[in-house]
Amino acid sequence: MPEQTIENSVIAAKSKSARRRRNWREFKDRLARVVVTGGGIMVIVAIVLIFFYLLYVVVPLFNSAELRSENQFSQVPTKNVHLTLDEYNEVALSLDENASLRFFDAHNGSEISTVELPVPPSNTVSSFSAGTASTGVFAYGLDNGQAIVFQEAFKISYPQGTQRLITPEILYPVGEELVVVDPQGQPLEMLTIQSYDDQTTLVALTADKRLVMSRITKDVNFLDETDFTLENETIEIPLESRSPVSKIRLDIDQRELYVIHADGNIAYYDVQNADQARLVQLVMAVPEEVSITSVEFLTGGISLLVGRSDGQIDQWFPVRDAENNYSIQRIRSFADQDSPIRSIAPEQSRKGFLALDDAGNLGIYHTTAERNLLVENILTDANATIALSPRANGLLTVAANGDTRFYDIENEHPEVSWHSLWEKVWYESRSEPEYIWQSSSSSNDFEPKLSLTPLTFGTLKAAFYAMMVAIPLAIMGAIFTAYFMSPGMRNLVKPTIEIMEALPTVILGFLAGLWLAPIAENNLPGIFSILILTPIMVVLTAWLWTKLPKSIRHRIPDGWEAAILIPVVVLVGFASMQLSLPLEHLLFNGDMPAWLESHGIGFDQRNSLVVGMVMGFAVIPTIFSITEDAIFNVPKQLTIGSLALGATPWQTLTKVVLLTASPAIFSAVMIGLGRAVGETMIVLMATGNTPIMDFNIFEGFRALSANIAVEMPEAAVNSTHYRVLFLAALVLFLVTFVFNTLAELVRQRLRKKYSSL
Amino acid sequence: MSNSTFKSWYKSGSPWVWLNAGAVSVSLIAVIGLVLLIAVRGLSHFWPADIMSVEYNEPGLEPTVLIGEKVDHEVVPAERVPADYQLKEGQLTVERDLIKIGNRDQFGLDFRWINRDWMGEVSYPENILAVERREWGHFYGYLVSVLENGEVVADGEQAWQEFQQRLDRSNDLVADIKYIEKIEIGKINQALESLRLDERRLEMSDVPEGDPAYAAIEAQRQLENDKYAKLQTRLGDLYQQLMRDQVVMQMSNGQEVTLPLSKIVDVVKPNAMSHFEKLGHYFHEVWKFVSGEPREANTEGGIFPAIFGTVMMVLIMSVIVTPFGVIAAVYLKEYARQGVITRTIRIAVNNLAGVPSIVYGVFGLGFFVYFLGGNIDEIFFQAKLPSPTFGQPGLMWASLTLAILTVPVVIVATEEGLSRIPRAMREGSLALGATKAETLWRTVLPMAAPAMMTGLILAVARAAGEVAPLMMVGVVKLAPNLAVDSVAPYLHLDRQFMHLGFHIYDVGFQSPNVEAARPLVYATAFLLLLIIVVLNLTAISIRNRLRQNFKASDN
Repeated sequence: MPEQTIENSVIAAKSKSARRRRNWREFKDRLARVVVTGGGIMVIVAIVLIFFYLLYVVVPLFNSAELRSENQFSQVPTKNVHLTLDEYNEVALSLDENASLRFFDAHNGSEISTVELPVPPSNTVSSFSAGTASTGVFAYGLDNGQAIVFQEAFKISYPQGTQRLITPEILYPVGEELVVVDPQGQPLEMLTIQSYDDQTTLVALTADKRLVMSRITKDVNFLDETDFTLENETIEIPLESRSPVSKIRLDIDQRELYVIHADGNIAYYDVQNADQARLVQLVMAVPEEVSITSVEFLTGGISLLVGRSDGQIDQWFPVRDAENNYSIQRIRSFADQDSPIRSIAPEQSRKGFLALDDAGNLGIYHTTAERNLLVENILTDANATIALSPRANGLLTVAANGDTRFYDIENEHPEVSWHSLWEKVWYESRSEPEYIWQSSSSSNDFEPKLSLTPLTFGTLKAAFYAMMVAIPLAIMGAIFTAYFMSPGMRNLVKPTIEIMEALPTVILGFLAGLWLAPIAENNLPGIFSILILTPIMVVLTAWLWTKLPKSIRHRIPDGWEAAILIPVVVLVGFASMQLSLPLEHLLFNGDMPAWLESHGIGFDQRNSLVVGMVMGFAVIPTIFSITEDAIFNVPKQLTIGSLALGATPWQTLTKVVLLTASPAIFSAVMIGLGRAVGETMIVLMATGNTPIMDFNIFEGFRALSANIAVEMPEAAVNSTHYRVLFLAALVLFLVTFVFNTLAELVRQRLRKKYSSL
Repeated sequence: MSNSTFKSWYKSGSPWVWLNAGAVSVSLIAVIGLVLLIAVRGLSHFWPADIMSVEYNEPGLEPTVLIGEKVDHEVVPAERVPADYQLKEGQLTVERDLIKIGNRDQFGLDFRWINRDWMGEVSYPENILAVERREWGHFYGYLVSVLENGEVVADGEQAWQEFQQRLDRSNDLVADIKYIEKIEIGKINQALESLRLDERRLEMSDVPEGDPAYAAIEAQRQLENDKYAKLQTRLGDLYQQLMRDQVVMQMSNGQEVTLPLSKIVDVVKPNAMSHFEKLGHYFHEVWKFVSGEPREANTEGGIFPAIFGTVMMVLIMSVIVTPFGVIAAVYLKEYARQGVITRTIRIAVNNLAGVPSIVYGVFGLGFFVYFLGGNIDEIFFQAKLPSPTFGQPGLMWASLTLAILTVPVVIVATEEGLSRIPRAMREGSLALGATKAETLWRTVLPMAAPAMMTGLILAVARAAGEVAPLMMVGVVKLAPNLAVDSVAPYLHLDRQFMHLGFHIYDVGFQSPNVEAARPLVYATAFLLLLIIVVLNLTAISIRNRLRQNFKASDN
């Protein structure tokens, strides 16, 4: 009979419906496998995506510049002295040696307009000078000691909706009349001009080798802009060096005048007040056998870029010493090109520049990042004029034979390099190289200073003080809980510590900033006396406890010591706070913060002490849980064996248990450190968030994480600032990930060891 | 004698054991103290405190009377008081009280430190009124009379009765006005906006100008505008009625002030209330706090939008994180080949739980908001550009970011649950002919359900307390609208929202009047703490019960 049923069921199993059912079940099984595998892999990929996305945003920071030739065409050869481009890379202006100006389309060379400057026919042009590119001011010097000053302007209009029309024109900021630079009427051999904010200064070298300066102050009627009066002041500046003058340069604010001599000397004059013009310094800028071939100001008019005949470019700027005296110093050098530097074109909004050498090589550099982004040969004949567009994304070159090329420059983030992120950088107007984080400012010609070092320092400082608090408390607490505590109390303590881990850090940060910080400021001696008195009182209580009659002692079982100590600790805390005022009065003249300040120790209300205490509190549970787990799971035969051999519990603990568990304790500390490094809200709320580099416990700091939280919402998408913040996040990610992985590996090895014991 | 015993006692290691015990005590005190501190400060805020009237004789000034609520007390060492302060012989400290004197519109400040040395007689007159206003914070003073359109309708004893009745009426009117302004006009605005988008879409698909579709939209628009005009006249009426009543109050300095009832939320006579009445009022205040909307740059009123925002975000996050977390765990435990790669993935997932939350925020902003959101806008919401829909921080991105942040928690907890299920269960099921999927679905997953629950609860607790990443992906100081409302599609995932944790940060650190906002921050912190502690305790108890169950079945 049973055989028959089996047979029947086998037949039934072979029936069509059964087979369909089985197929359906199999299909479901396979489907489940596919869905789960797919879903699982998707989640894991999503997690991995975090790392790659961060990397994807960060990588462009370190890309080199790229130069792409866009257009090439030929023009009538002229002897150009200067070339400019408008902001949209559409219209170019060439200025030739006969004072005729030509606006043309930068992409095909078609002429837009030409302008003849009102130069009297009896005079000829003897020199030319261009002011800082952003001002668009130029001057031709004439052979009668006079000069004509003019300015380019690009008017933008939208005559047909969205189609942009650029109309170039020439303006005369100080009127169409010629400006007298040399009252003696000598030809102007060499000229430099700057015009900014209603003040225009021309400095010229006359044919009889005198240095003359003419300063024009424009007084505009505030009701009518076209109505103005001019005041011209002319002086003569004595030359200090006998060597012939090769170049003169004046900064945009018309305060500093640099005269470059053929022997390589730079004479630095202060010409802020025309009647008090004086030589500040005469400095030999190049070694022997090397000469200065080109000189240009970096944007902002503070740094001088000196191109040399050996292809090196030096950056110089005035540095203030301790006595408030300025002297120009060579700050940094770029030696990436080999031929004499023919011309230098500074960028208008960043501290970068382009340099063209005699071999026709073009170099793209950034000064503060000390970065050479590109060196590429673009011209066979270096006898050409070049123009860099105001947004530094286009380059126009016109060779002497009329061959014209337009290049696209892709150079988004030149200001970031290993040097500018992590090393000391010597910024303009600073007296020494420093680590500075200053990402934004109200002024326009501000250079962002993006050193991650002070932020990383802040993060480590916070982590250090937090660990100072957390490590002893957490590890000691874990030892007691795992090894000495009675199970009853352990069942209470462990959930409490887990709750402690779950406390939102925004609450801790809020308490740190608004509750603890003022208390700590007003009761500083009390805080320190808690730190000192608590261990002393604990040991004293323990000693007194042994002196108590047995009847009382036996009422509380072993393993409840922590409960006995609670009132003691509370009492110590209360007493310390009560003692704080008298102590402060006795030792610190009643005001400890002021006392600290008077001893040269800065004090902020929201300081590292507060952060250390509160973040320590936040880290304790992490370290505690892992350590406690490890100690509790030390195989029992080890401890029992030790105790059986006559060791005291404490000896067993230190000699057996802790040694066995030490790798886990190490990993607990690593994970705790990871948490302290990444914590955001506490450091954001409990410190002043000033990026200073000072290990003083009474001062604040700015941590990487808090910095991201503060600045990220304001950073423009894909700007350098945005990407650097991503880099900060990537650094945090990698640091914590490495810490945690190390810790995890150590723990896994330990677990294997335990299971083999 | 005792010396030698101390030595042997020291040698036995006992002091170290006690020191270790001390570390536990310190940690316990810190946790419990912190919770108590927040609870006491947060909960005491709603108690209608007695209002004192104190004579104050500041040297060199006319003696004045101050009315207010004592909120803080401090002892200042003599060295820190200003140099011109006249200390008594041998006086080492000065005691001062912080008093909330209210009436910010009249006095300029609503908090004032007063020195104990200069205080005269203190009394608690029963007829002091504490008036909660919609603007300028509290008003403390005596009621003089009630006015209707400028005419006195009640004074003296009857004034209090009349005041309360008329206040009820004006509060009803305010509720009506709010309903019209928020709901009805909101609907009209929504309709107008969608008409504008329709029109824009027509323009973008190059429909010529004279097309009838434009006329249809214009007609619709006219309809909505008419509705709007009608509502406007009704609103005008209501406002007219609301403006009817005022009260005249006398301040501590004797000056009389007229307050319009429309600006008053609530009024009590705390000094005249019995403890029982105070308790009633206490719960009324607590209710107003959790159900009301914030006023005065979040420093007053309720936190309902923040609670709502937190709950919504956590809900959406749970919906996303649970299936994915569980699937990933099942894959790792049941389907993936156990080897080096799986182990590596497991370690990586584990470690992601330790990656700083701010990193997830940065990722969320870059990837979700700017990349995904930007592309979604390009494809689906082109008519609305350049104003972003999903290309800006919002509820959906915040939930997704937190889902990624908490997915390791769910994975780890579920995996732990799966590994606790005895082998025998699985093998039994497979031996009976069930497929792997069936075993999983019918046997393994139900048994692991409590573990998943634990994981989810822990994830929710973590998500509810996170603030740093949210600051980048969708939380705002003040959201004009809730994410759920009566306008289709009812759930607006693109809206920004308020959050309890961010509320604490914002009000505590960015608000102009921190002193006034502080009690509210404590109350908010207490609420958040309560939610998180309850969630965690639930998770812990589920987990413990689970462990015991498996222990029992193992035996």
